[in-house]
Amino acid sequence: MNGLLNFIRRLGAAAVEGVWRIGFAARFFVLLLRHSGQSLTRIHLTVREIYFSGVLSLLIIVVSGLFVGMVLGLQGYETLQRYGSGDALGVLVSLSLTRELGPVVAGLLFASRAGLAVTAEIGLMKTTEQLDAMDMMAVNPIARVVAPRFWGGVISMPLLAALFSAMGVLGGWLIGVVFIGVDNGAFWSQMQAAVDFRFDIMNGVIKSFVFGATVALIAVFEGYDCTPTAEGLSRAITRTVVTSALAILALDFVLTSLMFRGQS
Amino acid sequence: MRRTTLDLWVGFFVIIGMAALIFLAFKVGNLGAANGGETYVVNGQFDNIGGLKVRAPVKSAGVVVGRVKEIRFDPTTYRAVVALSLDASYKFPRDTIATILTSGLLGEQYVGLEPGGDEAMLQTGDALQITQSAVVLEKLIGQFMFDKAAEGSTPAN
Repeated sequence: MNGLLNFIRRLGAAAVEGVWRIGFAARFFVLLLRHSGQSLTRIHLTVREIYFSGVLSLLIIVVSGLFVGMVLGLQGYETLQRYGSGDALGVLVSLSLTRELGPVVAGLLFASRAGLAVTAEIGLMKTTEQLDAMDMMAVNPIARVVAPRFWGGVISMPLLAALFSAMGVLGGWLIGVVFIGVDNGAFWSQMQAAVDFRFDIMNGVIKSFVFGATVALIAVFEGYDCTPTAEGLSRAITRTVVTSALAILALDFVLTSLMFRGQS
Repeated sequence: MRRTTLDLWVGFFVIIGMAALIFLAFKVGNLGAANGGETYVVNGQFDNIGGLKVRAPVKSAGVVVGRVKEIRFDPTTYRAVVALSLDASYKFPRDTIATILTSGLLGEQYVGLEPGGDEAMLQTGDALQITQSAVVLEKLIGQFMFDKAAEGSTPAN
């Protein structure tokens, strides 16, 4: 009986803690938006963060995109060939990349490449009391440190996802047309007939934008909220990657069911 | 790192990202193709549209000349009304025949247009007078089996 009560008590504490964290994150987000003005007027702060989260992620995004596209080309061709429609390879590669794989895989890579670095940076600043020092000097740490990193992520992510999809299509083309010998004209023309700009590509861009904002918010929040010890910092970094990945996958399911359900 | 170098790299990054987006829009997607041009809409009434979907292609002589814009059910005639959005650069006579066809045995369904000989051309809001419904495979098989059964029972009489 006592054990059961203890279990219920612990469950309740966990629920309260969870709701408290969500509320804290929401208030943090509102505060971040209110103090975003400076990251736009002093644009070099944001440009610096775009460099760190965008430019430095280029290599991994380009290489992964190329390889994902190449694997899609190989696997897709094997299956399509069985039904005599190897020409539809371009459709398969481009639709799966622009609708799902581009935003999702780029988002996961972005979370582990850039989001993690942001959490570590802000968390270390907090651990070494740099954020408090800024506060003492009447510099708002949210406006000076957090907001530029958030906006840097929001701006970088859609560009990275578009690059990922484009590289993937090129990878599929490389395998399909150059190595296997699918007809070049059929590859592109079937792709263009099947992929709609507003329906497929813009929805993918919207997805990547949402994922970028989610990952950037989780990263800066976990960093800002971390327990200022070595262990707390490592936990915050782990939480950033895990929460971002789960949030991306869950949001992707929600967005896909809103965007693509019941249509062709 | 110096600020000018940083700006250069970020500018480079933005250009690559935008180029990827433009590549997706024009080379992968159909922006700038049939979608960008002017279109006009004609309606056709069908007894049965089978598995036709919105955005399915409209073809004439095998060339894509438009897309299915809207499909709705007319409760007065009990027929399906299909709105076709056709590229404005292609004009069709008023007595054009619209048929719902399937590409291959298991492929997607599309609307085929066969031009007639009328002098006047179709305009926005016009209705296609002659239409042919989709072939429903189950009905065809049912009919075939019924015919076979009828054939088989005649000599026994």
